[in-house]
Amino acid sequence: MNKNIKFNRFISRYAIILVFFLLFLTMSFIAPNFLTVNNITNVLRQVSINGICAVGMTFVLLTGGIDLSVGSIIGVSSVFTALLMLKGFSPLAASLISLLIGTLIGFFNGTIISYIKMPPMIATMGTMTSLRGIAYLITGGTPVFGFNSSYSQLGQGHIGIIPIPVIILGITFAVGIIVLSKTRFSRYIYGVGGNEEVARLSGINVHRVKIIAYSISGFCSALAGLVMLGRVNSGQPRAGESYEMDVITAVVLGGVSLNGGVGKLSHVIYGMLIIGVLTNGMTMMAIDDYVQRVVKGIVLLLAVGFDCYIQNRQQAEVN
Amino acid sequence: MGTEANILEICDIYKQFGGINALNGIKLSIRENEIHAIVGENGAGKSTLIKLITGAITPTSGIIKFEGKEYGKMNPALALDMGITAIYQEFNLIPSMTVAENIFFGCEKMNKFFIDSEGMNEKTTEIFQAMGVDIDPKAQIQTLGIARQQLVEIAKAISKNVKFIIMDEPSAPLTEREIETLHKIVRQLKERHITIIYISHRLEEVFEICDRVSVFRDGCFISTKNVSDTNREQLITDMVGRKIGETYPERGGLKDEVILEVKSIVNQRLNDVSIQLRRGEILGLGGLVGAGRTELVRAIYGADRIFSGEIILHGSPVKIRKPIDALNNGIGLLPEDRKSQGLVMGMGVAGNITLAILKKLSGFFFLEFNKEKELCTKLAEDLSIKIINLESAVKNLSGGNQQKVVLAKILATKCNILIIDEPTRGIDVGAKQEIYKVMRKLADSGKSIIMISSEMSELIGMSDRIIVMCEGKITKEFYPPEYSQEAILNYASL
Repeated sequence: MNKNIKFNRFISRYAIILVFFLLFLTMSFIAPNFLTVNNITNVLRQVSINGICAVGMTFVLLTGGIDLSVGSIIGVSSVFTALLMLKGFSPLAASLISLLIGTLIGFFNGTIISYIKMPPMIATMGTMTSLRGIAYLITGGTPVFGFNSSYSQLGQGHIGIIPIPVIILGITFAVGIIVLSKTRFSRYIYGVGGNEEVARLSGINVHRVKIIAYSISGFCSALAGLVMLGRVNSGQPRAGESYEMDVITAVVLGGVSLNGGVGKLSHVIYGMLIIGVLTNGMTMMAIDDYVQRVVKGIVLLLAVGFDCYIQNRQQAEVN
Repeated sequence: MGTEANILEICDIYKQFGGINALNGIKLSIRENEIHAIVGENGAGKSTLIKLITGAITPTSGIIKFEGKEYGKMNPALALDMGITAIYQEFNLIPSMTVAENIFFGCEKMNKFFIDSEGMNEKTTEIFQAMGVDIDPKAQIQTLGIARQQLVEIAKAISKNVKFIIMDEPSAPLTEREIETLHKIVRQLKERHITIIYISHRLEEVFEICDRVSVFRDGCFISTKNVSDTNREQLITDMVGRKIGETYPERGGLKDEVILEVKSIVNQRLNDVSIQLRRGEILGLGGLVGAGRTELVRAIYGADRIFSGEIILHGSPVKIRKPIDALNNGIGLLPEDRKSQGLVMGMGVAGNITLAILKKLSGFFFLEFNKEKELCTKLAEDLSIKIINLESAVKNLSGGNQQKVVLAKILATKCNILIIDEPTRGIDVGAKQEIYKVMRKLADSGKSIIMISSEMSELIGMSDRIIVMCEGKITKEFYPPEYSQEAILNYASL
């Protein structure tokens, strides 16, 4: 009995790493050209945009919330930066302004969710829809070209053999992991997500914690939008559409509970890589895009199903 | 009357929750068409008993006999079929639906394919007319007050032709006038040949409307008597009984330096409450569940709002609007329910202990883990918390150790005033003794404690002074020589 519980805990803790390596091995055998340095770098570059968002999403999910607006923030930050550069702003200034705007959007999400107590799913669905509309409005629905071509370095450049997006991804994860393990704020996040009432009674400003979490998510999404802009070298109003799906799947696959309070950002790396390897492998095998969607949807269901199953089991244990 | 047949018989029922006996071989007979009162202290087993009869829980062993037929266990559907229903303190009504929709919920009147709203409204009006009350069948439940919602529950029971209604403290949330209406309707139900179990904390109403009364204590059946053959004093004696007590540390004697003064606090649940707390004392708050004790300490701690009133600390008024204000003023709260209010169950022991003092344990940004570890290790030793390591999640600890972790969390704040709401609920005897010793040591070292306890012997054993509350008001203050369970209970259930 006790052994059983321990086994379950072990599984729920390390399952994701196991799944990743199994998937990686399988793909190495069945997908042509999968296991080449070139392709592995490619996978990392492909996951970088989602991965950067996943860091922010992890903060939000840990508080027990969800942020559907990440994809739209990518779009807005992408086109807005492009437009600012066309208006004569320097790439740096344009980027900083977009990062600030992304953070403010997150701040807005957090405020309406925490103070007005809107369900996070609906609140961020609202901002998601409006922001996408804004991205189309300010561009007239067409891509924005012709800005400083050096900006493409951000999405396409390398330092040594490592693509710049991957470096940005690495830094984002490193900072996120430190914040979520070494700082006072990490306890606030896990406390609020674990039990909001306990956190409140412990004198923690629950509103502030939630608002900061959504702001971080907004910042990360805007950063991902900048990488996206560099990658495609044009401000696409459609950029980041439906990315929230992959981001949420990656984070939940990484073992972060939808109920909040449980999960580690270091494991989200594996969640992100699973999605990346799966997408890349399927593409290498020339599997139809429609089929890929079906597979990804099933992966999300499995990840969430597993999370809910474990939660129920633990509830039953406690009672 | 004495020859009436028994409609319900309960024989030798045991019910265990996790090794603890909630019901201990109880027996109870309810006669057909009587109003049968059940009284007892908090934790006497009344709620468990109702749930057993309605099939919400199944007994560990024993037999329930309804109308002569034996059942090893009930289930909710079967109970409904047999015409048994319960009206709980939390109503089973859907707030957004209308009165009529609620009454016919699950057995809607149909008119070929569609719901016959008019028919349901008419039928509802008929039921209310028969009851002699005036409620609009089309009104939404959420627009009605508690008293009217209760009447809707009763109407719902009548519409289903029930023959057996269990009412769990129906008068508790009502005003005097509403209680009169309730009593009138309960008598009416009896005229309709419905048998009623009436659970109440108010002893007068037992004498006013009930035929017989059964007393429960600590999960045991004590007695059933005709109300005409007993009196208030007799009932209180039966409810209290003579219990084998725990041993408690010696009291600290009377103190005189007032450290905290609460003046005329009013909010939704508190009606002009004033208390004084003295340095180095353990002040016990006695009363029944729902008397406003928890509400009072939550108001002092800033967890609930107050409409008016003043809190005076060391002689000067302080504003406490949020828990953080209380903590900054050296007031700590150990809440009633450690699982939902005291601990983040998935978090480690250390994380929980330091949750309220993270600012003191960190620089601008980073936590100082060494400091944290040192502090937690010391507290864990002081309170002899049995843990494998400081990182293991508190959900894996026993109740007693969890309670000690909450206590450690409060002690970590170094507060001078500790509010402890139910210090030993659901923990084993050994841990209880340890917590009592720690509390007394804290008081002896000059800290002041407000303790809420629903365990009478604990309240009497630990308190240097006892204040009794009832219905959001303070009804009596006791000093040790005057302590007695009878006296306290008398003031707790006016």
